Order: sequence, then structure tokens, then C-alpha cells
Amino acid sequence: MGKHVLLIEDEPNIIEAIKFILSRDGWSVDTHSNGANAIERVQSMRPDLVILDVMLPNKSGYDILRDLRDNPMTAKLPVLMLTARGQTKDRELAERLGVNEFITKPFSNSDILASVRALAGAG
Amino acid sequence: MVTFNLLILVSLAYVVFLFAVAFFAERRAQQGIAGWMRAPMIYTLSLSVYCTAWTFYGAVGYATRSGLEFVTIYLGPTLVMIGWWGILRKLVRIGRTHRITSIADLISSRFGKSTALGVCVTAFAVIGTTPYIALQLQSVTLSFDAFNGPGRADEQTLQSTAFWIAAGLAIFTVIFGTRNLDANERHHGVVMAIAVEAVVKLAALVAVGVFVVWGLGGGPLAMMQTIEASPMADLELQTSRWIGITFTAAAAFLCLPRMFQVMVVENADERHLGTASWAFPLYMMLMSLFVIPIAVIGLDLMPQGSNPDLFVLTLPLSQGREDLAMLAFLGGFSAATSMVIVAAIALSTMVSNHIVMPIWLSTQKDGATVSGDVRHVLLRSRRLSIIAILFLGYIYYRLSGGGTALAAIGLIAFAGVAQFLPAMLGGIFWRGATRVGALAGLSTGFIIWMYTMLLPSIGVAGVFPDAWMQGGPADLHWLRPQALFGIEGLDPVVHAVFWSLTLNTAAFIIGSMLSFPSPLERLQGAQFVNVFDHSTGPRGWSHTGAAAEDLMMMAQRILGPSEAQQLFQAEARRQGKGVDLPDPSPEFIDRLERELAGSVGGATAHAMISQIVGGATVSVQDLMAVADEAAQIMEYSNQLEAKSVELENTAGKLRDANEMLTALSVQKDAFLSQISHELRTPMTSIRSFSEILRDGGDLTRPERAKYSDIIHAEAIRLTRLLDNLLDLSVLENGQIDLELQRGTLRQVLDRALASSEAATEGLEITLDVTGAEDVIETDLDRLTQVFINLITNAAKYCTAKEPHLRIRVHEDGPIRHIDFIDNGTGIPQASQSLIFEKFSRLSDQAAAGSAGLGLAICREIMSKLGGEVRYLDGTGGTGFRVSLPTGVNIAAAAE
Repeated sequence: MGKHVLLIEDEPNIIEAIKFILSRDGWSVDTHSNGANAIERVQSMRPDLVILDVMLPNKSGYDILRDLRDNPMTAKLPVLMLTARGQTKDRELAERLGVNEFITKPFSNSDILASVRALAGAG
Repeated sequence: MVTFNLLILVSLAYVVFLFAVAFFAERRAQQGIAGWMRAPMIYTLSLSVYCTAWTFYGAVGYATRSGLEFVTIYLGPTLVMIGWWGILRKLVRIGRTHRITSIADLISSRFGKSTALGVCVTAFAVIGTTPYIALQLQSVTLSFDAFNGPGRADEQTLQSTAFWIAAGLAIFTVIFGTRNLDANERHHGVVMAIAVEAVVKLAALVAVGVFVVWGLGGGPLAMMQTIEASPMADLELQTSRWIGITFTAAAAFLCLPRMFQVMVVENADERHLGTASWAFPLYMMLMSLFVIPIAVIGLDLMPQGSNPDLFVLTLPLSQGREDLAMLAFLGGFSAATSMVIVAAIALSTMVSNHIVMPIWLSTQKDGATVSGDVRHVLLRSRRLSIIAILFLGYIYYRLSGGGTALAAIGLIAFAGVAQFLPAMLGGIFWRGATRVGALAGLSTGFIIWMYTMLLPSIGVAGVFPDAWMQGGPADLHWLRPQALFGIEGLDPVVHAVFWSLTLNTAAFIIGSMLSFPSPLERLQGAQFVNVFDHSTGPRGWSHTGAAAEDLMMMAQRILGPSEAQQLFQAEARRQGKGVDLPDPSPEFIDRLERELAGSVGGATAHAMISQIVGGATVSVQDLMAVADEAAQIMEYSNQLEAKSVELENTAGKLRDANEMLTALSVQKDAFLSQISHELRTPMTSIRSFSEILRDGGDLTRPERAKYSDIIHAEAIRLTRLLDNLLDLSVLENGQIDLELQRGTLRQVLDRALASSEAATEGLEITLDVTGAEDVIETDLDRLTQVFINLITNAAKYCTAKEPHLRIRVHEDGPIRHIDFIDNGTGIPQASQSLIFEKFSRLSDQAAAGSAGLGLAICREIMSKLGGEVRYLDGTGGTGFRVSLPTGVNIAAAAE
């Protein structure tokens, strides 16, 4: 069984697509589609990797990332961020907050797969 | 034999010499090194303009006719210099304190700057002086003639001589009399030339006298005996004439425009009067010392019928002493020219200041605000006046025929100007004197003087018929010109002087007592009468050091220490004074005044400078000018304040605009960011699933179908989003053309319901409609779009188990309200204003599948249609109200 990936994303079609891609590659994917409770979900699930959308209902991906980095338990957890807002300042903000990888939508499936493998596959 | 040409040459040379003297003096004065030129003796000598050709030549003639009576002409001024010293001092003080420019100015200023008085005095002065100028021209031409041997030169030559003399004097006077417009009207060059001429006059007369007494009369003792033996000794002294003429001469000495000019206006230091009070009587005594001997010897030696008025010249000539005769000629020439020059300056000042300027100023609509302009006009009018006055004198000389009639002019002119005396003395000693009184006195005096003295003198055959002189006009006995009120037996001169001055004074006093002075008059009156209380004491140019220090202190206060220091140091360097303070030379004071004027205004600067340099007190006019300036400055500062408020407002607006632009820019960024997100999201699904499909592999058929469906749906979503964006952009930019059509609300609703039928499956819709049958005219398609949006929103977002939408149409006057109310959860109050903004989505967008542009579009459309759409609170569900005005006229027209 592959490693655990938690996908936090609110767009159903995108969830479906990523889930399909990763599952086919042998990853087990759980999803969460709301900003609220995202942290709790991470803490309870303890995934090997989090794929995090920026624009989420109730709590933005940036806030979630900050909270994850502030908590020693999750400070080192690999996080791959997805955003439809591809401006430079978004990427800069994400990097300041300690993101491991930042991918702009629309993405190519192979990029996602490569990034996930790079971030979580080695272990 | 001295030829006519040589005489002309000598006169010309003398004139050139006078030009040189005047030029030199003017130069020195401008360089501020006047020094000895301001000596009291120069002042005393300049007073000798009193002694004209009439006294130089005429005194001898006078003596042959009336014996010692000629002395009265000198006695009057002597009494004034010695006895009325106080009056002179007061006049000089007033003149300097109030910057008086002429006797007309004195009288007009004293009586509240009265224009009428200024004009009156000026006119009378011109009338009184013109014959006198003619007399000078005549005496010079006569002396030319005498030199030549009587009758040798023809009439033509004499007249052209007179003309050229007048022209030459005009040039001299224009050059040195209007060289600059000094605030104090002082003419150093002219005064210096006059002083030189005074010396020449005296030297000539004394030389002739010495020659007569010792050369012809055999020494003083023998001379005395000759005089005793002459018929002149038998001439009786008429006491009334003595008193009358002495008084007239005294009055004229004070009132003659030319005397006022040299005595008051040209006075540089009050203390010079002290010297003059003894030196000038001495001068006159010397002038009169040899008159009787010359007269006696002249009568003795000269052939019967020779003109005694020319004895001074003809006596040495007849004895072969042409050198002495030449000196005497130059003395007479000096006496005549000095009088003419000073009189022309004094009169031109009066004419331009009191007649030309008021007229010019009144023709200037906006008032003359540019001082340079006024200066220019003033100078030109001054010059033209000088030329006109001299020309007038020449014309008078020509018309009078140069006969003996002119000889009497001297006394007549004296009596004429003596009419100024009551107004002048009353003005400076009596606070109760008023303008009305002065005008009444002056005009009364002048009318009587003309009637009793001037007109009769023009010739018994001339103006007045004989019968009139003997019996009075229209047989009114008491109006006989030389026996007013039936008082006979008085000498005509005494009679005229007595009546004119008595009635003048009476009219002056009565007029003053019956009238009320204006406030300005009262102020001026107090200032003039109490001049010694208000003004500072004499402070001559000897105290220049102190003046420079004061100027420096004032300049520092106004210009600031460093600026003042710079100004003074530059001037000191220019004057070669090193580190000392510079001399307050006229140019420097001028420049300083200009500098100060830049800071405090012209009038203030002038008042302050003259306070320090001239010792003048600040006059009422000065204060008024200062007040005017202050008012202007206040006005200016008010304007500035208004401007600054305006600027602040503008800056505020700019700030607001900038904030708005910044906000817009932020909004634009947010909008772009939003659009990016809204476009990228469907694109992401499309790309991802199309890659999955492309990669093929082990996809099941249902999977393939599902993913294709997703791609299709997302593509539609993308298209709709783009459509909405374009629609909104067009609406927001106001670029849409409304397609106005007529129809009823019912039709629009039906169309909207039909179009959204597919989307509203499961939603129960009820209609509650009144007034929907009215015809409205609007863009029906756009209105339909709004309705569809609201209906499908209800279908999308209503979360009730049995969703229900009620559509209600009702009238509110000219407004139709169309309410869309469902039974959903409603929208929290805080969010109600947000829902109409672009990209605002409150609920989970997944359910909606829209970008949140619908309500924004609705709002834009309704605003274009002249109505509105808003959230309807308190309906129990989610409610929207569309309001649309229906023009009554449209409805009516459609019926």
C-alpha cells in the first residue's frame, strides 16, 4: 500500500481528477473540502503529504499552512500547494510560509505526480 | 564803443557761466557732498531774488521822482527779517514738516487740501507775476538799447532780443528747475546760480556807486552837500505812502511766489534764517546805499530827458567807463534773470500741482496707481508750464508795447500778492480759520485790487472810461475806483492797499466764523498752528551721521539685519567710506526708500524716511496713504487666505481622487485575481481530465463517459463565465444600447419563467400579480434577463425541503415592485450588501457552479433601466425586489 496523501480542495471535479491520478500511481488519497477543521483532519490522519488548495471556504490555504508550520507535530510535514491565482506574490507568500512545492492551476498531471513522488515517495 | 554784438557775446558768456555754476552745484548735491553749498550765506544771497531789475535800475528812477521813498521797498523786507522773524521760522518749519511746495500748496494744504484754493492762489499768482516777468524782459532789452545809444537798434531787434532772452531763460529753468522731482522741491543748482547773481548785482551797484561818489561826486562829504543842494532834498515825505508801501513790501516779501520758493521751499536748515535775519537787511542796505548819489549825480550830469531808470547804466557810459557800464549791465541782467528763473519755477510748480495734476488725475479713470506714470506727467507739465509762463511774459511785454506803463507794475504786483497775506497768516496762527473764509477773503481782496489798482493802471483811457474814474460806475459815486466809499484824498496806492487788504481780512474773518471746517481742515489747522509742538527741531545735514545710523536701524528692522547690512556696506564701498556708514546721499536715500517700499509700501516708506532724514513729521496725508496701503495689504492677504483655502480644498479633492484611484487599483487587482481564479478552476478540470483521457490506459467505459461529461460541463461553465464577464464589462462601461420596446410585465414574467423552466425543476412557483397588465416601455430582453437570474438563483440556492418561490407584482404610485421571495434560509444582514458585488458567493460554490456575477449584472441592468434591485429583508426566506418606474404618460399613450 502506498503512502497517505490528504487532498484539501473544494472543487469536486479537481478532487476527482487528482484522486484518479494518484490512486492509479498507488497512493491512498483522502479528501477534505473545507478550510474549517482542516488542521484537525491533518492531525488525526497524519498523512505523508498534504495537497492544499489556496482558496477554500472559511479558511484560506495560507492560514492552514501557517498553522501547520506553527505546530511542531506538523512543522516538517511536506505540503504541496495548488492555486488558481498564479501571481508571483502568491508564490512568494507561500514560500515565506514554508511550502515545499507550489503548483499553479491548471497543472499537468505528470507534474503533480512527480511532485508528490519527490516530496513523499522517497521515504 | 561797445558794439551790440559784443554785448550779446558777454551776456552769452555770462549765461554759460551760470549754467556751469548750476551744473556744478547740482552735481555736488547729487553726490551728497553739498557741504558749503548749504551754508547760511548762500541761503541769504538767494533771498536777493527780491531785488529784481525793478529795484536794480528802478530804485534810482524812483528816487529821482519821490526822493527817499524808494527805501520803503527795502524797509518792508527788513522789518520782516528782523521783526517778523517768528513768522518766517514758522513758515519754514511748516514748509519742511508738511513738504510744502509753494504758497498755493501752503494755503490749500492748510485749508484741508482744498483744490479750489490751490487753483485760486495759482491763478492770482500767475496774474500778478506775468507783468512782472514782462518788466524784467523790458529792463534787459532797454539796457541793451541804452548801451547801443537810444534808438540805434530798431524795434524789431529789441523785440527779438526779448524773445531770445525769454527762450534762453526757459531753457535754463527747464534744465535746472525740473532736473529731478525732489520730494522737497529743492534746486541746488538754481539756488547756487541765484547766489552768484546776487553777488554780481551787489558788486555792480556798489562799483557804480563808488565810481559816482568818489569819481564824480568828489568824495562822501562833497557828495552830501550836492545831495542837500539837489531838488530831490525838497521832496516831501508822505507818511501815509511810507507806511502803506512799507507794509505792502513787507507783505509781498512774504507772499511773492518766488520769495516763498527761496525762503521756505529751498530752505535746507531753519537756522539759516538766523543768519539771514541780519545778513539780508545788510545786503539790502548796501543795495540802497548809492541809490541817492547815483540819482543826484545822474540828474546833474545827464542830459535833460534821459531816462533816470537807466542812470546806473548810462552814467558810467556817458563818462566813458564802458567796463563799469558792462558790470552794471550784467548786474541788471542778473537781477532780471534770477527773478524770472525763480518765479518760473515757483509758478510752474503751482500750475502743475494745482491745475494740471488735478485735471489729469480726474481724467484717469482708475486713478493713477503707477507712481512712475505720475512722475512723468508731473515733469512734463512742469516743463510745459515754465515755457508757457515765460511765453506769457513775453507776450505781455509785446502787447504792453514796452512803454512806461510797466514801471508802475512793481508796486501793483506787490499789492496783488499781498492779498495772500490774511489767508497765510490766519492759516498759521488762527485755528478757527476755514476754507470758506480763505476763499472769501482771497476773492474779495483780488476783486478790489483789480478794480482799484490793476485795471486803472492799464490806462485811464483803457479799461475804465474817464467818467467812470471821476464819477463811479453808473454814477455810483461811492464806487469810484480810486475813492471807494467816498473816501477821497488818499494816495491811489495806499487807497488800493488799504481797501483790498481791509476787506480781504474782514471777509476772511467773517467767512471763517460763519463756516464749519471739515475734519481734515481741523487736523491740518491744528498741525499748522501748533507746528512747533508737533515737529522736531532743526536737524540739518550736519547731523548726517546720526541720520545714517537711524536709517540703518530702521532698515534692519524692516529688511532684516543681513539684508540691511549688505545694502549699507555696498553703498559705503561705493562712496569709498570703507567700514563706516555711508552718507545719506539723495540717491542712496532714494534707493533705500525703494527697497523699503518693496516691504512696507511706498507711502509708509516715504513717511519713515522723511521722518528720519528731513525731520518731517508724518502728515495726515501720509497716514491716509499708509492706511490705504494697509488696507490693500489686508485685502491681498485675504485673497491669499482664500487662495490657500481653495488650494487646500483642491488638495483634498486630489487626495480623495488618489485614494479612489488606489482603491480602484486594489479593486482591479482583486478583480483580476478573481477572474484568474474563476477561469483557471474549470480549465484545471478540463486539462486534467483530457490528459487522463489522452493517456488512455485502463479506463472503463463509464469512466470515460463521466470524464467527458465533466470536461463538457466545465467548458460550458467557462463559456458562461466569459459571457457574463463581457456582459458586465459592457454594462459597467455604459456602452450598451437599450432596445426600448413596449410590453407588459406579465409578458416579461412569462418569458422569464419559460426560459428557466429547465433550471427550476422541483421549484414551486406562484404568481401574485396586480397591475402587471400595464404597458411599459423599457428594454424587455434585459428585464427578462434579470428575472431569469433571480428565478434560477432561487432554484440554485433555496435549501428548503420543498422549495417554493412566490413572485409578487404590486404598484406603488408610478413604481412597479416585482418581489421574488423563496422559503430558503435568507441572507444574514451583514452580507446583504455584499451579494451584489462581483464574485461574491456566500454559499458553497460547488452547488452553484457560477462565478457570482449574476446579481452584479442584475444590479447594473436595473440601474440602466432607471430602476433598482435590492435584497428584501424580513420575508422569512430569501427575497429580492425589483423596482421599475413606469412612465404614466407611456402607459397612457399605449392605451
